[in-house]
Amino acid sequence: MTVGIVMLVHTALNRAEQVARHWAAAGCPVVIHADDNVSRKTFKAFKKSLSDVPIIRFSPRHRCEWGTWGIVAATQEASELMLKEFPAVRHVYLASGSCLPLRPVQELIDYLAARPKTDFIESATTADVPWTVGGLDSERFTLRFPFSWKNHRFLFDRYVALQRRVGFRRRVPNGITPHMGSQWWCLTRQTLSAILEDPDRLTYDRYFRRVWIPDESYFQTLARLYSQHIESRSLTLSKFDFQGKPHIFYDDHLQLLRRSDCFVARKIWPNAGRLYRAFLTDSESALKRTEPNPGKIDRIFSRAVDRRTRGRPGLYMQSRWPNPGWENGSTCAKYAVFQGFANLFEDFEPWLNRMTGMRVHGHLFGQERVEFAGGQEVINGAISDSAEIRDYNPRAFLTNLIWSTRGERQCFQFGPRDNQDIIWELSKDPNAQIAVISGAWALPLFFSNNNFSEIRAEAALLQKVESKFLDALRSPYAKARSRIWTMAEFIEAPMEPLQMIIEELGVQSNRRLSEAPKMVDLAGFGQFLQNLKNQGMHPYLMGDFPSSPDPMPRLVKKPKPYLVQK
Amino acid sequence: MSFAQSYRLRLQRKRWLIRAFRKRRELTAVADRTEQIRKRDILLFSTMRNEKIRLPFFLRYYRDLGVSHFLMVDNDSTDGTLEYLADQPDVSVWSATRGYKRARFGVDWLNWLQSRYGHNHWTLVVDPDEFLIYPFCDTRPLSALTDWLDASSIKSFSAMLLDMYPKGRIDEQPYKAGQNPMEIAAWFDAGNYTISRNKKFGNLWIQGGPRMRAFFPKTPEKAPALNKIPLVKWDRKYAYVSSTHMLLPRGLNLVYDEWGGEKASGILLHTKFLHTFSEKAAEELERKQHYAASVEYRAYAESLRDNPELWCRWSEKYINWRQLEILGLMSKGNWA
Repeated sequence: MTVGIVMLVHTALNRAEQVARHWAAAGCPVVIHADDNVSRKTFKAFKKSLSDVPIIRFSPRHRCEWGTWGIVAATQEASELMLKEFPAVRHVYLASGSCLPLRPVQELIDYLAARPKTDFIESATTADVPWTVGGLDSERFTLRFPFSWKNHRFLFDRYVALQRRVGFRRRVPNGITPHMGSQWWCLTRQTLSAILEDPDRLTYDRYFRRVWIPDESYFQTLARLYSQHIESRSLTLSKFDFQGKPHIFYDDHLQLLRRSDCFVARKIWPNAGRLYRAFLTDSESALKRTEPNPGKIDRIFSRAVDRRTRGRPGLYMQSRWPNPGWENGSTCAKYAVFQGFANLFEDFEPWLNRMTGMRVHGHLFGQERVEFAGGQEVINGAISDSAEIRDYNPRAFLTNLIWSTRGERQCFQFGPRDNQDIIWELSKDPNAQIAVISGAWALPLFFSNNNFSEIRAEAALLQKVESKFLDALRSPYAKARSRIWTMAEFIEAPMEPLQMIIEELGVQSNRRLSEAPKMVDLAGFGQFLQNLKNQGMHPYLMGDFPSSPDPMPRLVKKPKPYLVQK
Repeated sequence: MSFAQSYRLRLQRKRWLIRAFRKRRELTAVADRTEQIRKRDILLFSTMRNEKIRLPFFLRYYRDLGVSHFLMVDNDSTDGTLEYLADQPDVSVWSATRGYKRARFGVDWLNWLQSRYGHNHWTLVVDPDEFLIYPFCDTRPLSALTDWLDASSIKSFSAMLLDMYPKGRIDEQPYKAGQNPMEIAAWFDAGNYTISRNKKFGNLWIQGGPRMRAFFPKTPEKAPALNKIPLVKWDRKYAYVSSTHMLLPRGLNLVYDEWGGEKASGILLHTKFLHTFSEKAAEELERKQHYAASVEYRAYAESLRDNPELWCRWSEKYINWRQLEILGLMSKGNWA
């Protein structure tokens, strides 16, 4: 008893020849079907080169266009030939010219000999699996597909649309349940001959001739009718990417393929000389007798598909440029933005750095230059501190910075004096944590030595700018986690909001804040605001400050709460 | 895109092709070995001037990748570039003595050669200081990539220009013929690139890197474009519009994914900044044969006088393609 190999080849005939010889050398008869597209001359030479092997046959040639009936017809005839000519064959293995046996053929023969009644064919109903690519699953079986998908895509699509519109449905003959799965199977003589000699075969053939990609469903469906025992998996390792085309194996996959313990892999790049050398020279790779275990390969390929379809969040590059809304995360990591804190506290930046260990920048969007932490001129990713370069594309500046500093949380100061082109980016980014003390921009004015008319004009401007930012943060499109306090609110009890911010930043610490940043001296600030009001400029963003007496809050340390332990 | 717009682009493409056809007269074949070209060969097209010192390594690099034939245009070299190329067994070389600028920086010449010899071939258009890096380039030849692109019905492959520079002054370590230039210019900027989309041609416009950082800190909009599409399954109806930054028909420019995914892409290591650079910049300034009145070279000449060091603390040292992939400069896409 042995295994017969039905081999469908269309290109790289030299490799196909090598593999066919390999099978035959182990005593497996081989029936080769060559695509009708192979020129007669090439085919003749191919046939001649294999003429010295007695157990290799060639079946009549069909044109095998992807997704059409030709492949099934070719398989049928080749299988018939195999069953007729080689009565010792118990299992028939369908392989392609770019398949490569990974384990010694004898192991495959033994494996199948130990399971004489088992058909290895992946076969599942369309309703249950999400394999199909391109939206045609159950419709493969209920519509007609007379036009070639490869060459007449437009007609193909239009005709499908038309049938959907009209509500056309084909009847499935004899009430069979369509199944589908990998087209690379291994069937027993019993099952295969039952399919091929079925009295209703003409009916089935006529039906499947117009099914879309019948090579993935013809045998998969009919095997269900006759098989005594179906193992719904393919013995051929064959991974498909998101467009439904097979992944290709190269020389650098050698170790991976070795460790997979699969019997046959598809599809091998014809020029992967190292793979062919390694697997076709019968290695002494020890009789392992293990079950195939393609887990690692599965993971690599599914990661590749994920990379292609979802990409790396927050990355913008030459081959990833998502349309608005498709970024899948407009920045790659969380970061924090503080507005007004540096105005209210003298040493806010070093304090925040001490408390959280994060990198705390100054005003990254400052007018004169980019104030990177530590006054650096260049930072991770070689991002320059030039304000012009930043303002040329503020969004790219932000996403680049967050991308280049992956693994380290960034914090920066923001304010109404900064470049405001970024505000919608910030407010729409779920990665942004924004804390605002509104109205704190007035403090530098309060301490400045300018003429009051200038101060008044600037205050009016800054108030307008900040209220725009607050509008953005409160808009229905905002996705940032933002907290907004008026200045009056904040200074009433500054420790609580600070504690909350630190906690939200995710710093692992159960203790209460041990140290507060130093607040600027607010004596006279109420009167200053009143002066602005008297000049007709109403500063409202800072909340209600009594003009006198001075509302200087006392940053008295609260007594520690007593812990009552049981 | 409206019908009128696409028709205008079609006219523009025809115009470039006609122009290329006219400019063929400026090319004189010095060594024509194009009969060696076989059906599935990968062809490399390049135009150059006084680059002899770079050629030994350049040719070796691309031969090793699996380029079968080189089609070169020599623009009036005085250092023996032409003779050197004419002696190579797998190079066909044409000489062009007319203006580089009038031939749209060599694009017309190469468009013509590509339409003549590149039809149905994978064609690579690079300058002698550009070295293509693609995913798995250390283990798979270029034909593995082109076969995969063919199988995936992809016709064009993007490779952003990555400016490489040495540590220390640019002219500190002299480059010797045959040497790997990445040994000297081993550093690059990892994450300071800005991108916008060109609505008309559909390509991305990428700027940044050390040239923007060091030469254009006050006028970033003048920094040179870094997006390139050097590897194309050529058809005689195609035309490069400006350098290899963009092509027509515009579908070829869609080398990026718009729905959040990543397409496969590579990198062109740009080793312009060797000791030869200062000389070259001075000469090009004189000739005024470069883009936008050589604004780039003027900026270089000015900055280079004061401080010809591009290296900074945050420069990355080049290791291999996987490093570039992790940094997000290129992508494997779904090639595994």
